[in-house]
Amino acid sequence: MADLTTDCAGIKSPNPFWLASAPPTNTGEQIMRAFDAGWGGAVWKTLGNPIVNVTSRFGAVDYAGRKVMGLNNIELITDRPLDVNLAEMREVKKRYPKHALVASLMTETREDWRVLIRKVEDAGCDGLELNFGCPHGMCERGMGSSVGQEPKLLEEITRWTKEFAKTPVLVKLTPNIGDILEPGIAAVKGGADGLSLINTVKSLIGVDLDRMVPLPRVGAQSTNGGYCGPAVKPIALHLVAALAREKAIGVPISGIGGISNWRDAAEFIALGSSSVQVCTAVMHHGYRIVGDMIDGLNEFLDARGMKSVRELSGRAVSSFVEWGDLDLGYKLVAGIDAKKCIGCQLCVTACWDGAHQCIFTGPADGVRPPHAHTKGPAVAPKPLPMGLLAGDRVPWIDEPECVGCNLCALVCPVEGCVTMREVETGAHETWNDRVAQGRDKVPGGIHG
Amino acid sequence: MSQIAAKLDLPEGRLETKLPDDKPLYGAAEARAEAERCLYCVDAPCIKACPTSIDIPTFIQKIATGNVRGSARTILEQNILGYSCARVCPVEVLCVGDCVYQEWHGAPIAIGRLQRYATETATRAGEPPLFTPKTRASAERKKVALIGGGPASLSCAAYLALEGHRAVILEKRALAGGLNTTGIAPYKLHAEDALHEVAWVRSLGVELQTGVEVGVNVKGDALLAEYDAVFIGVGLGADATLGVPDESGPGVVGATAWIESMKLGAPSATPLGRVVVVGGGNTAIDMARECARLGAREVTILYRRDAEAMSGYEHELAHAREEGVRVVVNAVPVGFMRDGGGTLFGVIVAEAANGRPILGTEHRLACDLVGVAIGQAKVQSIAGELPGVALDAKGCVQVDATTKRTGNRKVYAGGDCVNGGKEVVNAVADGRDAAHAMMLEWGQRTVTTKAKLAWTGAARG
Repeated sequence: MADLTTDCAGIKSPNPFWLASAPPTNTGEQIMRAFDAGWGGAVWKTLGNPIVNVTSRFGAVDYAGRKVMGLNNIELITDRPLDVNLAEMREVKKRYPKHALVASLMTETREDWRVLIRKVEDAGCDGLELNFGCPHGMCERGMGSSVGQEPKLLEEITRWTKEFAKTPVLVKLTPNIGDILEPGIAAVKGGADGLSLINTVKSLIGVDLDRMVPLPRVGAQSTNGGYCGPAVKPIALHLVAALAREKAIGVPISGIGGISNWRDAAEFIALGSSSVQVCTAVMHHGYRIVGDMIDGLNEFLDARGMKSVRELSGRAVSSFVEWGDLDLGYKLVAGIDAKKCIGCQLCVTACWDGAHQCIFTGPADGVRPPHAHTKGPAVAPKPLPMGLLAGDRVPWIDEPECVGCNLCALVCPVEGCVTMREVETGAHETWNDRVAQGRDKVPGGIHG
Repeated sequence: MSQIAAKLDLPEGRLETKLPDDKPLYGAAEARAEAERCLYCVDAPCIKACPTSIDIPTFIQKIATGNVRGSARTILEQNILGYSCARVCPVEVLCVGDCVYQEWHGAPIAIGRLQRYATETATRAGEPPLFTPKTRASAERKKVALIGGGPASLSCAAYLALEGHRAVILEKRALAGGLNTTGIAPYKLHAEDALHEVAWVRSLGVELQTGVEVGVNVKGDALLAEYDAVFIGVGLGADATLGVPDESGPGVVGATAWIESMKLGAPSATPLGRVVVVGGGNTAIDMARECARLGAREVTILYRRDAEAMSGYEHELAHAREEGVRVVVNAVPVGFMRDGGGTLFGVIVAEAANGRPILGTEHRLACDLVGVAIGQAKVQSIAGELPGVALDAKGCVQVDATTKRTGNRKVYAGGDCVNGGKEVVNAVADGRDAAHAMMLEWGQRTVTTKAKLAWTGAARG
């Protein structure tokens, strides 16, 4: 078994799996049950001046028979008295000294920050997470994402907290911005020991078409919320990776956003996260999911000969580059395994209507569309492949026209039926090479 | 005592090889698609329905995330024979029978097939070991003899071996595995797959001695002197006989004996012809279905009471009927018909009331083979070998329900010899529980119940 112990900006935990600041970390009782289940750390539900919540608070998007692909919430920070939270925090830390207990904080004035930080550090927390990300409710009061969207303000408040804090400070960023590097760099300039992201994506989850009220409904009204869950994972992965590869950042990252299992976690870690935080999957299935996360990550590391999770961290960062640095000469073409094909022909319609018109059916040569790059008919394979399951319904690829886009492989329901094969073109250069050599330019582009 | 390799060469062309798997191994995509349908219920009914309490939703969830080895570990930690159980369990009346989908809108989750997928994939050749057996100092390392090499003993021995103890199975046959090897319908599990599982259990450190019969090759008192504990997992004995005229002779066989020869023996050149199976339990139905699938001209089950009283599973009986098996109820054989050479050509059947023949209702039923599936004898001799081991009125070994300990503090028992004949999964549970009880007895606290969280609510008042 690999070593899963984690150190994220000086906050240590037995494994990289932390609960994100959210309903699953609302109370000490919950967090202790979570630690018993195997979670390595928890970021306490954001502390500040207790608020009053509304009913209802959550909405969800289901997809293709599976529930809660995305979750949206309009719940605010803790509604429990600070003293109660602090007493429980102290108790949790006493009973679970080796687990990471991070206090998420959100308040207003410099003095408020000073007092709050002193109190949570006195209660024994191992680190602080500044909630500059909440995109609903709190931002209307000048906190949460309204700080995360103003790099100068973010930097200033981060600086205050670093003045007062004895424990490491993580700045939690909002994805609701144009360029994540701006708040990221501001946080680092302010002295942040680490970054955590993403907070939720500003969203409206749906509309009750009978009542003509958006969801989640509060009486006859609604408001925007924060979107999270599996649906936001690609957004989060990109923002984590964008910070991880930026030299001006250079601080550890706690990755958050749609992580539901060990594989998601491994992806965030490979793109530069030191720890990962989970909320929606626990809200859906409970603390127990961490069993598979630990087990699955261990198996993955063992299978690849990695002795610790640190060896995985950042492994995929260097291969995340700008489009202009991609190899224009790299070429793939699709191939269909007749033995596996079930004859649904979803690849055919996807290619014709959604891609580049190069998949055909039947024994006759194909008629290419008038805009085709290659002249003449598409030559059908002879003999036509006969599928074990699909008979003569197995489609075939017009390879000279195939642009290698992946769409057919993505829509194919059968594992390993459509595969993408590398074709050597001999020519390898990037767009940036061309621009540098004066053979191409960026029309009206920001590079001048 | 001879130490024989677990995998013996089985005869070529055995009859059972003609019957392919009803539920072949899932491919990865099939398994994942099925796993993703599981709702991941909490305090799930399927777990409660499993005699070994496998955490089914968790192992399925692990398949869905691609953590197949973790999935197998979740299964095997709870049921070390999770592979064969996946294939032989009557899931219709256990886990699958209680799937929440049954009462709702969908087909229940194919738990057995998913369990087979996880365990077969994670234990196949070339996979690194799933478990690392504990190493113990010799003073702490106990030595246990297990009598009989069936599921109960294999389970008990495996859990002992994983905890670093020496477990020695004494099996009187040439092959271990018990009913998994000799008695399971081939379309559920073939003998070589059962033997692969035995080999896997041995890879955990379990020792196997075949051709050793306690009471014959080794005496009970010798075992008690040599070992720290003894586990009895001898299963059941020979098929019971009807005790009617002309029963003894070719053509009338005990059902389990016939199934064993079909699975392990060299094939016979004689076609099956017309087959009559006597009995109403699952062994009777198995033999009838096997004969039907092997091309018997005609297969009839004779049962002495009403169909409702049959102990065989309804779903099995329904399959038998679909396969062309005729089921005649309230009928008993009262004699057999043989020609001058002793060859069987028919059975004399009487109508029955309350299981007893009604005089004057006899008629003839032509047949070439009769399988008698009216139960099996108990192996009572073992009690005499081990002082303190007592039998109940039915001849079953008496044990404490929790610890599986017999009247002799060093002797434990489980499986069919205790319960009179239940499922493989019950035997596995018994063996596991006995192993845990032994370790508790030795002061090795391996049985831990999760301590309830004692949250005091520090400053809540």
